[in-house]
Amino acid sequence: MNYLLPVIQRIFYAVMLLVAVLILNFSMLHLAPGDIADTIAQASGGASPEMMAQIRQDYGLDQPFLVQLGQYIGKVLTFDLGYSFFYNQPVTTLIFEKLPATLLLVITAQLLALLLGVFLGVFSARNPKGIVSYLVTFIALFGYAAPVFWTGILLLIAFSLKIQLFPVAGMIDVTVEGGWFVRALDIARHMVLPVLTLSSIFLALYSRLCRASMMEVLGSDYIRTAKAKGLSERQITYKHALKNSLSPVVTLAGLQFSAVVSGAVLVETVFSWPGLGTLALQSIIARDTPTILGILFFSALVVIVGNLITDLVLRLIDPRVGKSS
Amino acid sequence: MNTEQEQTVETARSPFSEAFEMFRQNHLAVAGLILLVLIILAGLFGPYLYVADPFDMVWAPFSPPGEEGYLLGTDYLGRDLLAMLIHGARVSILIGLSAAFLTVFIGITVGALAGFYRGITEEILMRITEFFQVLPTLLFSMVIVALFGASLPMITLAIGLVSWPSVARITRAEFLRIRELEYVTAARACGVSNAKLIFKVILPNALPPIIVQAALMVGSAILFEAGLSFLGLTDPNVVSWGQIIGSNREYILDASFTVTVPGLAIFITVLAISLVGDGLNDALNPKLRQR
Repeated sequence: MNYLLPVIQRIFYAVMLLVAVLILNFSMLHLAPGDIADTIAQASGGASPEMMAQIRQDYGLDQPFLVQLGQYIGKVLTFDLGYSFFYNQPVTTLIFEKLPATLLLVITAQLLALLLGVFLGVFSARNPKGIVSYLVTFIALFGYAAPVFWTGILLLIAFSLKIQLFPVAGMIDVTVEGGWFVRALDIARHMVLPVLTLSSIFLALYSRLCRASMMEVLGSDYIRTAKAKGLSERQITYKHALKNSLSPVVTLAGLQFSAVVSGAVLVETVFSWPGLGTLALQSIIARDTPTILGILFFSALVVIVGNLITDLVLRLIDPRVGKSS
Repeated sequence: MNTEQEQTVETARSPFSEAFEMFRQNHLAVAGLILLVLIILAGLFGPYLYVADPFDMVWAPFSPPGEEGYLLGTDYLGRDLLAMLIHGARVSILIGLSAAFLTVFIGITVGALAGFYRGITEEILMRITEFFQVLPTLLFSMVIVALFGASLPMITLAIGLVSWPSVARITRAEFLRIRELEYVTAARACGVSNAKLIFKVILPNALPPIIVQAALMVGSAILFEAGLSFLGLTDPNVVSWGQIIGSNREYILDASFTVTVPGLAIFITVLAISLVGDGLNDALNPKLRQR
């Protein structure tokens, strides 16, 4: 009970946030110049004022704002995000087609950045004057200052064009045939550069924070006690110190979900990765408003669920979190 | 040695000169500042010193740096890359500064009100802050720019709208800490009005971490604008660094310098800003100063 109540609260709160995103979405759709009737008229090469009025009536655009908003939220609850007149498909279908590719990219990049970041952070905290520590400082400066799409293009030039190690674009090579293992390997080969690019920003954050938090923990009293007990350096670092230095890193990682999704848009564009980001850009260029807003909603959903999971993980690794709030 | 120490104690009276002294001793930060000043000067006066229309097709496309007197070569349309870079510097710096200003303005207002008034005001404002943190920043600003038009003011507004939450959080945390301090209680007891308490008593003391964050915000805004214009969401009537990369990226096989060089310009600018930010952080952080 003590554990469950705040969790339920968090979930309720997440749902409220989603509703807020929906309201914002709808208001922007409402405020933006041009509506569905204009889109349809444009697609069919013009329409008379009577036809426009008919279309507006069919889509309920003549109703008051609040009624339309209610209808919109009701529709979204039944997984209906509208219809894309550009792709001639329901927006939900479009999104679910592209979502797996983005999730694969985003989750792999986050995990890689976390694992590598913690590893580098711990290593450099143990040798603050060592070469790894300088590497962390360098990565931190580079990761902050280099535009992620530029990093991607540099990697592309180096490892796809100069040394032809990885494919230039896409996620799947259609000429590759074979069982699931061969195809998985093919996808993995396509993933290497995009994942490296996307994780570069976050690797910088995590390794620096992990180093700072590890150094702080290593200086605390209970570590000295552990040393006095005669525990080995390795045991102290990985069993005692690491556990306690992780929670700020995980907190930060949770806050980064929105940035990860944003970074994914740029990285997907550079590597023509067939995910939500590419879809978002294409639909923005095509002025396909239902699709754009559908993607915005889904990305917010990914961020909210990501935050929720982080919160739950944090409660598991750090018992202090649940009690203080 | 001894007299020298006495001298520094003598001269370092105001906290500002002390911070300045700290900053001056940080070589990386000074190097960053010099770089930054150079870039700003290039953006301000470059177009008058190197008179060239960045939209003009002057020579064969993809001619390598140095050919025909074009120092950085030409892009895929045969435009002078150096002229484009100089004009791009203006846009980057202009948007970086104005978006950071907007970010800090919204952030300080929200954070100060939340931290000062507490209670229901804080609850509502922090919920709004959290809401804006949930929106995927780049995607949201892409949508704003796409729906409401890609002009420089709209891009600035879009960047400001998505970036203020971090400033609001820092400001609120500082206000929560400072409002409990004795000198604030004393001022309150003297009957100082709330507005004066916020702006004259608490805010000046809350500023150091906000200044550092503001410096970093300029860098983030420049990166943000570069990302948007890389995706093609930019005012077509101005040249910007991200846009040069975006429009040339299909041709990296023919001429990779059209992509690497503008990227380097963004990288160096943001790096310089972050070095200055780090230096400010050390200089303004009293805990570090005591060492």
